[in-house]
Amino acid sequence: MKVTVGKGSCGIAAGAGEIFSLLEQESASPIVTGCIGMCYLEPIVNVIGDDGKMQIFVNVDETAAREILKLSRGETNEADKYAIKKEDLDALDSQHRIALVNCGIIDPENIDEYIARQGYEAAKKCITQLSPDQVIDVIKVSGLSGRGGAGFPTWFKWKAAKDARPGPDGKKYVICNADEGDPGAFMDRAVIEGDPHALIEGMMIAARAIGSDEGVVYVRAEYPLAITRLEHALTQAREKGMLGKNIFGSNFSFDMRIKAGAGAFVCGEETALIASLEGERGMPRLKPPFPAQKGFWQKPSNINNVETYANVPWILREGGEAFSALGTENSKGTKVFALTGKIAKGGLIEIPMGKTIKDVVYGVGGGIKGGKAFKAVQMGGPSGGCIPAALEDTMIDYKTLGATGAIMGSGGMVVMDETTCMVDMARFFLDFTCKESCGKCTHCRIGNRRMLEVLERICAGDGKEGDVELLSDLAVQVKEASLCGLGQTSPNPVLTTIRYFREEYDDHILRKKCTAKSCKPLLTFTINDKCIGCTLCKKKCPSDCITGKVKEKHEIVQADCVKCGKCKEVCKFDAVSVD
Amino acid sequence: MGCSCTDKKVWQFSDPTIDPSLMEGTFEKYAGSPGTLIPILQKAQDLYGYLPFDLLAYIAHRTGIQPAKVMGVVTFYTQFRTKPIGKNLILLCQGTACHVNGSADIEEAIRDHLQVEEGEITENGLFTYNNVACLGCCSLAPVIMIGQKFYGNLTKESVVDVLKKLEQEEGAQ
Repeated sequence: MKVTVGKGSCGIAAGAGEIFSLLEQESASPIVTGCIGMCYLEPIVNVIGDDGKMQIFVNVDETAAREILKLSRGETNEADKYAIKKEDLDALDSQHRIALVNCGIIDPENIDEYIARQGYEAAKKCITQLSPDQVIDVIKVSGLSGRGGAGFPTWFKWKAAKDARPGPDGKKYVICNADEGDPGAFMDRAVIEGDPHALIEGMMIAARAIGSDEGVVYVRAEYPLAITRLEHALTQAREKGMLGKNIFGSNFSFDMRIKAGAGAFVCGEETALIASLEGERGMPRLKPPFPAQKGFWQKPSNINNVETYANVPWILREGGEAFSALGTENSKGTKVFALTGKIAKGGLIEIPMGKTIKDVVYGVGGGIKGGKAFKAVQMGGPSGGCIPAALEDTMIDYKTLGATGAIMGSGGMVVMDETTCMVDMARFFLDFTCKESCGKCTHCRIGNRRMLEVLERICAGDGKEGDVELLSDLAVQVKEASLCGLGQTSPNPVLTTIRYFREEYDDHILRKKCTAKSCKPLLTFTINDKCIGCTLCKKKCPSDCITGKVKEKHEIVQADCVKCGKCKEVCKFDAVSVD
Repeated sequence: MGCSCTDKKVWQFSDPTIDPSLMEGTFEKYAGSPGTLIPILQKAQDLYGYLPFDLLAYIAHRTGIQPAKVMGVVTFYTQFRTKPIGKNLILLCQGTACHVNGSADIEEAIRDHLQVEEGEITENGLFTYNNVACLGCCSLAPVIMIGQKFYGNLTKESVVDVLKKLEQEEGAQ
């Protein structure tokens, strides 16, 4: 009997640490696993019988943990009460896991568990049996494309780096972009925390393909647990001889190290990432030369993101055809998404390309939280766009998503309901881009700032006729005149919200209304007939604009109201209406 | 490539708690290897909590990197701060998921309770709060991180409870 506890960052935040300690104190010898993706059910405890049968227990608190303890000791128990529901299990089973195949299953701190699940077999095959060209061919057949956002064919990058002539020292680099700066995305963190060896093996294979002996993983400093687990995994891999000199008795040598990022979204752009690795300000530069020709320290370098590398061992093990059999004509394989926002069952999911947005939101995601109406889904973070509910049948595939004005991106999928204001969303993303713009290109630095100012005034109720046209015009210019992906895509949230939610812009500008009731300056607070005259709102009002006597209906003097919403917040009788 | 006047200078720091000898190991470790300014700055911030101007000048002097370049790197990355912070640093997530789930209200509650603006230290020296782009715990939105610990699914009330509890613990010590 084996007991495992999901201890990813979100599991720990939900209290998995306390549950783990409790099980440990009671000498149940629990084992740590990473995140299985069902964040809404954390903390999760699995009990695996000697026959290999696994029972999953969810939302485990102290009482539940004690019942699970009894179960593990073979005593009578009520653990069943905390067992995962069938619908949740079905949602898990409906996924297809390649990058996340081991996440939540194995102990990320124990290399033997990874090896027991065919770990490092693919690397061994690549190093001892296949030529670099054969490895690249398998990746080509698989149709794997970069999972960081742009979706560039992985084999093409590898081939370019392989064919690039190194300097006299023969040095080439394999770099992993784990600077997951996209707000609303956490798949890279989950892979590193839950299955760090998959990343190491993927990078080893890339190194073998391009002829490199050194790898660097650029991880966000905000992911301390991921860094610790990866450090640990690297140490174990070295001890086992998976990293180091003459791996598997061959003449191939490879080792890698971690570089903690210092917090800059633009460092997700590959040339900016390289500048940061070299200790400079992370500012992008013009391409070409591409990193495959002149990258880290001017040497040929291959850069992929975590999810891309994590797919590689599976592809080499199962064959390129097995991967390309999944997905659509122009998007092969599976994709990991971080499903968040106003969704009932948020978490990390991996599905084959070609599913629809509806499949994800209502199938795996269980619909909208609190039974509200589904309004839009934001994909691709600050570079992506909002896809309206009307397009819920859109297939998840690089091309069809691109046609909507959004992008696949790294896999953040933020679901929004009727209470989310789309103008405010556009403002939110522009605010982010303005803070993160490196300042190199004028249009990105100043154009985005002007757009933000326009959006801010619209949200404050000071929008002017012609503002939408002004935004559209600026958006096109920023896209055209920016050097890197950040600037070229930063207007996307604005453009897609204008395209699909123009009415909301008009409501804000012309009618001074926010239909989602989110932009406070545009709201009118009134007291309705439910008021019993308790005087609470009057006492709490910061601008003393509520009049009325005890036990009489109160009134808000609109001219003095600062629209803070305090009256509505404190009213126990639902007597404050908002319009 | 420090100028000759700094070579003979006796380094004195405006903040008396800064003991530059703690950095010796780091300077030694990275001596002669290019591109290591960021890890050096990260280590310094770990040790001293922040990177005051005179410390940056000292790092520039010791590494031979131009002070302007050191300053350029420090101001580029959000991780680095040039002002001291309170005993507990509260990172308030302003990611997309947190935003749609009401992180603005959480910020208001924190600000009201602590009576400080972002980046400032509370009167009792216990707290500083900073907005951050995303903590990557989106399923727990809205979320804050204090030290290594996450607090999720917050409301205006529960976040104040978290702060009060920490204040009590600090008071008891």
